[in-house]
Amino acid sequence: MSTSTSAASRIKPWLPLLGIALLALALLVIAPAMLSPFRLNNLGKYCCWAIVAVGIGLAWGRGGMLVMGQGVFFGIGGYAMAMHLKLEAAGPGQVPDFMQLYGDGSMPWWWEPFRSPVITIAAIILVPALVAGLLGFAIFKRRVKGAYFAILTQALAVVFATLLIATIKQTGGFNGLNNFPSFFGYSLYDPVNKKMVYLIAAGLLIVCLVIVWQINRSRFGELLVATRDAEERVRFLGHDPANIKLIAFVIAAVMASVGGAMFAPIAGIISPSDVDAAASILFIAGVALGGRAGLFGPALGALAVGYGQSTLSERFPNEWTYFQGALFVVVILLIPGGLSSVLKRFRKDVARQTTELRGLTVTEPPTEVKVHG
Amino acid sequence: MADTTLVVAGVTVDFDGFKANQDVDVTFEQGRLHFLIGPNGAGKTTLVDALTGLVRGTGTATYAGRDLLTMKSHEIVRAGVGRTFQTATVFEELTVLQNLDIAGGVHRSAWRMGRARKGVPSYVQDALETIGLTSVADLPAGRLAHGEKQWLEIGMLLVQDAKVMFLDETVAGMSAEERSETGALLRRIAPDRTIIVIEHDMEFVRTYADVVTVLHAGKVLAEGSIEQVQADERVQEVYLGRTATADVEVDDA
Amino acid sequence: MDSLTTPLLTGAATGAILLIAALGLALTFGQMGVINMAHGEFLMAGAYAAYLTQQVIGNADVSILVALPVAFVVAGMLGLLLELFIISRMYHRPLDTLLVTVGVGLILQQAAKDVFGAQGDPVSSPGWLDGSIGVFGYNWPYRGLFTIVLALLALGALAAVLKYTSFGRQIRATVQNRDLAETLGISTKRVDRMTFFIGSGLAGVGGVAVALISGTFPTLGTAYIIPAFLVVVAGGLGQLKGTVIAAFAVGILTQYLTSWFSGSMAQVLVFALVVIFLQVKPQGLFTVRTRGLA
Repeated sequence: MSTSTSAASRIKPWLPLLGIALLALALLVIAPAMLSPFRLNNLGKYCCWAIVAVGIGLAWGRGGMLVMGQGVFFGIGGYAMAMHLKLEAAGPGQVPDFMQLYGDGSMPWWWEPFRSPVITIAAIILVPALVAGLLGFAIFKRRVKGAYFAILTQALAVVFATLLIATIKQTGGFNGLNNFPSFFGYSLYDPVNKKMVYLIAAGLLIVCLVIVWQINRSRFGELLVATRDAEERVRFLGHDPANIKLIAFVIAAVMASVGGAMFAPIAGIISPSDVDAAASILFIAGVALGGRAGLFGPALGALAVGYGQSTLSERFPNEWTYFQGALFVVVILLIPGGLSSVLKRFRKDVARQTTELRGLTVTEPPTEVKVHG
Repeated sequence: MADTTLVVAGVTVDFDGFKANQDVDVTFEQGRLHFLIGPNGAGKTTLVDALTGLVRGTGTATYAGRDLLTMKSHEIVRAGVGRTFQTATVFEELTVLQNLDIAGGVHRSAWRMGRARKGVPSYVQDALETIGLTSVADLPAGRLAHGEKQWLEIGMLLVQDAKVMFLDETVAGMSAEERSETGALLRRIAPDRTIIVIEHDMEFVRTYADVVTVLHAGKVLAEGSIEQVQADERVQEVYLGRTATADVEVDDA
Repeated sequence: MDSLTTPLLTGAATGAILLIAALGLALTFGQMGVINMAHGEFLMAGAYAAYLTQQVIGNADVSILVALPVAFVVAGMLGLLLELFIISRMYHRPLDTLLVTVGVGLILQQAAKDVFGAQGDPVSSPGWLDGSIGVFGYNWPYRGLFTIVLALLALGALAAVLKYTSFGRQIRATVQNRDLAETLGISTKRVDRMTFFIGSGLAGVGGVAVALISGTFPTLGTAYIIPAFLVVVAGGLGQLKGTVIAAFAVGILTQYLTSWFSGSMAQVLVFALVVIFLQVKPQGLFTVRTRGLA
């Protein structure tokens, strides 16, 4: 074996970090310099959706758990942040404007803690972890079928949205919470602060990618994939597959919540339609398109679907729905590995052709032998 | 009685009225190759399923002071009781080395689980040598031959440090050569372990068994050395059929 | 007295619709492991079939009776096409069928919007369903009663097909052991296709009942799909009685909880109760027990 290949094999595990660095460069340096404040703000929204997608990639792509209700966790984070921002706007001891509008101006007790920025941030992380932990514990421990899990998460999204719509006095109902003048004391009318909020969202996306990269290369990551492919076998390695799945599900839920928390100040609104069953489905669309099992597939797919959603859905609402439906059918049916799998195949073909042209032997990992032979 | 002995007492497995196992009493001792034989449907695999938490059974199965029947599968594994399955189930996309390494997860802290693998732990290397797969360590397990997959599974049990091993029809479908290698492997690892093999191949049983337990219709029919069992009239009647020579072909299934 | 029996009777009618919808789902899920999220849209197609039949025939007394077989065939054909072109290509990955059928459902909804408009279309009730029957002081509309009768007829027909026809035996053989059925000369492909046709057709019949209660609109199916799935989850697979009990339990419970708390709270509680129920019976009410899988 030549030294160049061993050097290449030593570099290979670190290539994803290079990819993350490139993405960080694009999102944190190039985009802010090139895009108008309006477009940058839109990109911020897509980044929030991409954060959700990175979590779905972990739970669904690596862990095999089809999470069809991530909108719930997106909503928990989004509403927690929005509540804090509303209280901040109302001022100390005051009550958010919509409560005077729809109700008698009294505030439910559970709003009170969200005056504190610290409690708000803690809630954004802990509440989704708790909800996902409880639901996951109940389902995984009792070995409920994977399909049932998917249905139950979707049902949770339906229930959550219904509950939000019904509680107009407490959560703004159908309209949700909107109109946030400031973000932790910084005015959101100031373009500099607005850009800062974008950078936080994009930065969090990068952080989430690094976390999932580390999980994927860890022994836990291997075990997660093993659980996806042969759950019973993992049980006889002395692990409870329920715990392995639970950890991945909770991490995905927290990521969705973080995405939602940043979405509220960037979009300026969080409403039931951002978190309901349809929204949850759309989160999956991006992941499926990009490629569920890879590191970058979910994030890039979500950015693409987010872009499509906000540019096309307003101009061609009917066509967009058809497109969205067709996206699921075509991608899942024909390219279940998503676009990244197509790209990978293409890259390998090119690599093989060029090496053949040079008259060199192909040095490929053993898995390839199986595919070609 | 030593702590290394697995004592099964009065184990019954009831599938909605059908008793797959009924009042099974059997003792598995360390250092012996213990074979479970019996016609198809005798309840061999079901007994192992019950002892490894896959199906619910009543009665007791005491090992190291704990009752396996009250424990969950993964707890049983952590208590040092492992098993293989009729169809070899290894992680096909992982390499042989990774398969062995992943089996060592039981002994790792959460912190180490969160980190990437670096190097090869000594116990993984030892297992690799014991099962004789060192030369294919970096091959994906999916590309191994049938016999090699079975050895890999045994290797995973070694890495798990299973003191009690249930092997379900390990040599089924193996070539004569692979069988004798498997037998030698079992002899190698037997001294400080309790090994229970479900087997149909009488030739293999005769060559390697220290103790044989015959199950029939969910119950223990006979127990003893292969000679004793073969001499038992009831065994000849229900299991070996009319021919008392014991050279009977029994269906693999 | 009134408030105690009213939810029981209205809930029974809701349960009846859930039952018709869940029967088809349980059938296809139980046999093929396929989770058809477009099933709600088949319900919607059945409702529009009732609407169109009424446009053609006019006489509401007759049209509704004609609509039942028409809706069955329309929805059944949709299911057949779905099976033929999509589902049959992905039996080895059941979880993915869930997402593909979500896509199909979106397309069907949008198509209904484009063809019939986003606004709902009314379906008039036949004269013989006007009026009500007094039960414990509650005037129970005949329509509610009709829904229950319809559900029981559908149940009876399905049970009879499964039990007495050779096709039914083939279905049961395929459910219990697909490979073995294949070696016995049963074309499991054909059985799957027919099962999908029947299961989807049942949704169409349910759609007619829904049309009588709420008229037709493109998103009609979305309100039923998740509760119907919860019924399948709670009822378990393999036996019709589980689905029947779960459907009426969910329907009636929802109505009681709605009358005690609110509609949205009822949804929350029913969801929570299903999850809690799964702690006791992870496989649902009834299930076929087999030897532990290796």
